[in-house]
Amino acid sequence: MEIQDIIRPENKVYSTPELLDNVHMHYCPGCSHGVIHKLLAEVIAEMGLTEKTVGISPVGCAVFAYNYIDVDWVEAAHGRAPAVATAISRLWPEDVVFTYQGDGDMSAIGTAESIHAANRGENIVMVFVNNAIYGMTGGQMAPTTLVGQKTATTPYGRRVDLNGHPLEITNLMAILDGTCYVTRQSVHTPANVRKTKAALKKAFQNALDKKGTSVVEVVATCNSGWKMSPEKANEWMAEHMFAKYPLGDLKNE
Amino acid sequence: MKEEVRLMKGNEAIAHAAIRYGCDGYFGYPITPQSEVLETLEELMPWETTGMVVLQAESEVAAINMVYGGAASGKAVMTSSSSPGVSLKQEGISYIAAASLPALILNVMRGGPGLGTIQPSQADYFQATKGGGHGDYHLIVLAPSTVQEMVDFVGLGFDLAFKYTNPAMILADGIVGQMMEKVVLPAQRPRRTEEEIRKQCPWAADGRKDGRKRNVVTSLELESARMEVINHQLQARYREIEKNETRWEEIDVEDADYLIVAFGSIARICTKAKELAAEKGIKVGIVRPITLWPFPTEAIARAAKGKKGILCVELNAGQMIEDVRLAVHDSLPVEHFGRLGGIIPSPDEVVKALEEKIVK
Repeated sequence: MEIQDIIRPENKVYSTPELLDNVHMHYCPGCSHGVIHKLLAEVIAEMGLTEKTVGISPVGCAVFAYNYIDVDWVEAAHGRAPAVATAISRLWPEDVVFTYQGDGDMSAIGTAESIHAANRGENIVMVFVNNAIYGMTGGQMAPTTLVGQKTATTPYGRRVDLNGHPLEITNLMAILDGTCYVTRQSVHTPANVRKTKAALKKAFQNALDKKGTSVVEVVATCNSGWKMSPEKANEWMAEHMFAKYPLGDLKNE
Repeated sequence: MKEEVRLMKGNEAIAHAAIRYGCDGYFGYPITPQSEVLETLEELMPWETTGMVVLQAESEVAAINMVYGGAASGKAVMTSSSSPGVSLKQEGISYIAAASLPALILNVMRGGPGLGTIQPSQADYFQATKGGGHGDYHLIVLAPSTVQEMVDFVGLGFDLAFKYTNPAMILADGIVGQMMEKVVLPAQRPRRTEEEIRKQCPWAADGRKDGRKRNVVTSLELESARMEVINHQLQARYREIEKNETRWEEIDVEDADYLIVAFGSIARICTKAKELAAEKGIKVGIVRPITLWPFPTEAIARAAKGKKGILCVELNAGQMIEDVRLAVHDSLPVEHFGRLGGIIPSPDEVVKALEEKIVK
């Protein structure tokens, strides 16, 4: 059998999602954002939502998400993505609106907007990428930074007496009556990538079905911020992050 | 709804006007002295009639960012607040201006600084006309002096905002917001259809309908050379607005020896002061800027020709006076009179100030 006999459409097992732009991403090699972007691009296209999706990009590493996924986007001020999404979702009820937020956006500066959008039960999807650090600004402490974790602003490790406790905002979201689906996933193994994709699909379906707010947290790595190789970062995440942020559904109604 | 004559508060009139001018969405947070705007909208339930969205946000910050989102999707959206709340909105207003989005913001001013008072003031003139938020930008600023103008400027504000894809602000004060007057409410202007919105706002992020290329609304541009181009485009638009949209009212300016320049509610007190001054043989004309930005610089320079002095009457410590002085270049004395902290001066006080500071 020649190689050309194998390269046939029916044998294709993987391709670039049609909505993922063929451009150079600004993300660091090894970063989780690229995988999460790919999953979003796949889910939106597979669900036939290309012409009714509006994404809200945050301030943080994903600020340029609008350069990579071929749907309409609004770039929000830091922390305000859920407020922006609320208005578009209410004014264009046929559209599906999702926010893409980091740990600073979701659980520091945008805590009020995130909690209240979820509490109102806005029919939106909130994608929360938690890598326990501020990547865009050079690796400072996030609300989700683990105790003892070294960052640019906790150079000797996060101390509870100085910096308080890691914030499990997704747990807070899960107790709100407005949320219908709150889950915590990761993308560090092929199996986890598939689970995250299924979670995103469920979340987008909930928005279509007007069931309320869906929150998909993705516990992620920031290998450059953590100053580790991508492989080591995955190991460190599995060993330390999952203890504080265990994977699985927190709410599924 | 047909045209209708009613007696109502300025704040209530804003709510009625928003519905009747076809506003798509209002996002607000209660603060005295403008809470009747949101209250009236909730009472009128326009979502049952015109389909307008009304939402009480969790903060002024959230409200202005809802306006940012709604405007980015091509809808005609607005918010309202009062001074401390408008300070909170400034970041969002800067984003809206930078992203070239149409939106309407109402500030029913109260006395500051800080939490200040809940009584009327005009102390946010600098904030409204000189930026307020960060960066080089301008709002179109309309200053109503009557409840009727509160109504009219909702329509005008939206029209100008969409014409120039630039946010507009109605800079009112607690007097105009709280007083009741006869007002003519316009006939219902239908909200735009989705097709009309897409035609008017081809840049709107409302989902890539019909497979069009994606729309991205952002104020971010890390490349300095491109950011400078964007700034030049904004500045060119501001020059265009200055050329076309400067509005003001003149009262008996031709025959006068002296001028009063005043905006908003205090301008009406000055018309009474003008009559009292005339009884004393002091001939006063009034220039009332209607757009505070663009400021009627040339009109004031023209009106000041041959006059002996100008009194700027403001409910603040002297803010608009800087623009008046720039307009007349020290060609005649320009003095300020104002009361602070929510005190509204009587016409007699204005005449006394005129005599002491200008006529002498």
